Amino acid sequence: MNLAWLLTFGAFLFSVGIYGVLARKNAVLVLMSIELMLNAVNINLVGFNAWFADQTASGQIFSLFIIAVAAAEVGVGLAIVLLIFRRRKTIAVDEVDLLKW
Amino acid sequence: MVTSLFQFLAAEGGEATEHAIEFGHKAGNVFVEHAWIVLALPFIATILIGAIGKRLPKGGSEVGILAMGVASVWSVGLLITNFIGSARVETTYQSFDWFPFGNGLSVGFGLQLDGLTAVMFVVVCTISLMVNIYSTSYMHGDSRFTWYFTVLNLFSGSMLLLVAAPNLLQMLMGWELVGICSYLLIGFWWEKRENSDAAIKAVITTRIGDVGFIIGVFVLFVAAGNTFDIQTIIERAEAGEISMFTLTAGCLLLFAGAAGKSAQFPLYVWLPDAMAGPTPASSLIHAATMVTAGIFMIARLFPIFEISEVAMNTIAIIAVITMLMSALLAMVQEDIKRVLAYSTISQLAYMFAALGVGAGNAAIFHLYTHAWFKALLFQGAGSLIHAVHSNNMGDMGGMKKYMPKTYWTFAAGTLALAGIFPFAGFWSKDEILTEAFNFGTEPGRGLVEGVNHGASSDWVALLVYGGGVLTAFLTAFYMSRLFVRVFHGEFHGHGKPHESPKLITGPLMFLGIMSVLAGLVGMPWWKEGFGTWIAVGGELHVADANVVLIGISLLAAGSGLALGNKLYASHPAVDPLKKLGWFHTLLVNKYYLDDFYMAAIIRPIRDRVSKAMYWVNNNVLDGAVNGAAAATRALGRGVYKQVDQRLIDGAVNGMGIGAKATSGRVRFLQTGNVQRYAALLFVGVILLAVLFTRF
Repeated sequence: MNLAWLLTFGAFLFSVGIYGVLARKNAVLVLMSIELMLNAVNINLVGFNAWFADQTASGQIFSLFIIAVAAAEVGVGLAIVLLIFRRRKTIAVDEVDLLKW
Repeated sequence: MVTSLFQFLAAEGGEATEHAIEFGHKAGNVFVEHAWIVLALPFIATILIGAIGKRLPKGGSEVGILAMGVASVWSVGLLITNFIGSARVETTYQSFDWFPFGNGLSVGFGLQLDGLTAVMFVVVCTISLMVNIYSTSYMHGDSRFTWYFTVLNLFSGSMLLLVAAPNLLQMLMGWELVGICSYLLIGFWWEKRENSDAAIKAVITTRIGDVGFIIGVFVLFVAAGNTFDIQTIIERAEAGEISMFTLTAGCLLLFAGAAGKSAQFPLYVWLPDAMAGPTPASSLIHAATMVTAGIFMIARLFPIFEISEVAMNTIAIIAVITMLMSALLAMVQEDIKRVLAYSTISQLAYMFAALGVGAGNAAIFHLYTHAWFKALLFQGAGSLIHAVHSNNMGDMGGMKKYMPKTYWTFAAGTLALAGIFPFAGFWSKDEILTEAFNFGTEPGRGLVEGVNHGASSDWVALLVYGGGVLTAFLTAFYMSRLFVRVFHGEFHGHGKPHESPKLITGPLMFLGIMSVLAGLVGMPWWKEGFGTWIAVGGELHVADANVVLIGISLLAAGSGLALGNKLYASHPAVDPLKKLGWFHTLLVNKYYLDDFYMAAIIRPIRDRVSKAMYWVNNNVLDGAVNGAAAATRALGRGVYKQVDQRLIDGAVNGMGIGAKATSGRVRFLQTGNVQRYAALLFVGVILLAVLFTRF
């Protein structure tokens, strides 16, 4: 298998994630975009692991860690979003900007 | 085996000095191995007495007695070890590096242990012990009792430091410490003006000699190739590496120091005035510490002095002048302590004379015997003064009746000083006279392999002999004058004197016994005796007895005693010596030497030089100082206004203002919009990525 395909796919996924994080107003969608970026990293790790034929499979192990961290992160993030919605009746990130100067 | 302190220090201190740690066959002997205890004890005692003495039941005196007691026992042990050792001249060094200087040179600190040191240790420690015991009674109730004992023990410690010195720098340190302690003790009752004047006189007079001593030390230091180490200097001098002129100059400069410390003409004037101190302190000064320092120093450096005939002759001639002058002065004194003081000067001159003719062993033998009986005589005088509350012999008389113990011990001391067989002074005085006579009459005796080794010229030796016999006569005369006037006849004072307490008579009796017996170790018939214990200059030599010479000196002493007894037994109202007319006046006025110093040195300096210096001080120096102060103030004001207020405060304030202005703008970057932060974050990441990959 060609590593370039994998990397290109990972880069594409990462870019979609960046776009989502920067351009979306909905906080749930921003969180989902972060998941996309993390998964792009996972793809890179697994791809390199296969490419180098690493006996220790460290790339795969790291991607498992990242999946675990991502799950925890989404748990915390959704809880915050839920609380914001309860108080402000909105989850638009550009309207939640009280923490400034 | 327990490692000795010095061994330990030497091991820790890295490079040892040239002569460090040669324990030789004496190793394993506990006295030798821990000889440093003798040196340490007085200093520990000084610190203890000074720190906690006032809180102790006996005011600190018990610490001094304990310390000096142990030190005495230890030093006697050292002497015995040295005496029974097979190689008596062998020297043990225990030292550690004190401080390094220059190119890999270093000065050691420690002990040079040989017979000479051991004998001096015994003399200093034992007499100091006696003085400590005596003083507990004599100084009882004094307002500075504890301070007295502090200084007394520091005094003994300083002398031990000097005696033990393996190098000239340590010796110099002990030398100066001894000087300052004598100052403190002479001026102990400083509330009276005369006493503090006497202390200052002692310090200034000895200082004149000390200047010579210090220069002498450095002359030898440079001449011997940058070393203070005594043994090295001696070796190099004996190897002829030091030119005769330099050597003579160094020796004469050192002798100037000795003449100041050991009160020789023309610097002896301080010693009679040093009577101002407490009597037991005088006893210590005259017997063990201070005045014997000069004799010891020359004995320690004897091989160097021996090389220079000029130096030896100078020492001998000065000594003859001093012994006669001071013996004559002792005849006309009324103050009992002054008689003894002049007698000390005269006896010290005896020792110098012996050194001058090359009889180092005889000199140290006389130092040793003299220490016992002179300590005894001073303590006896103290006992008398304690009883009649006067120093004046006119206020005494008939004391035999009232103070039998003082009488008998004083009698022993008098006979020892007069040199009557078999008292201590007889043996040592006779050895000096015999040696002087032998050197004078046997030409070439001082020559070893054609080199003048050990000596002055023949005529000087004969001069010493003649002066010595005459002084023996005068000594016997003034002592019998003192003795008869004080102890016989009727009491002239007030009240009823009584015998001193046991703490005073105890030391008197011990010293009395020593005055009788101490000389026996140096009998001329015992070839293994005193002379071989100390071996000054490495000479294992005891002079042979000469019956004719003994007869002459005994005749001189006996006739002196008889004459004194004849003149004073009837207790004449007018001193018979007044018949001497102008000579008596000359003696009473101390040869006008003090007046001469006053008129020729002190007045011109005080009235002219000092006045001129005062003017210079007021106008030039004070002007400079005031000017400097004014300039400094002006500068300070300028600096405050310009530098502090403007520059520094400006910088501080400027930073504050700058930070405020900057942050006023920059804070708008913090919008609260999370997505803008994220965007900036990504921009930053990209910038970093470019930075790391491209550069």
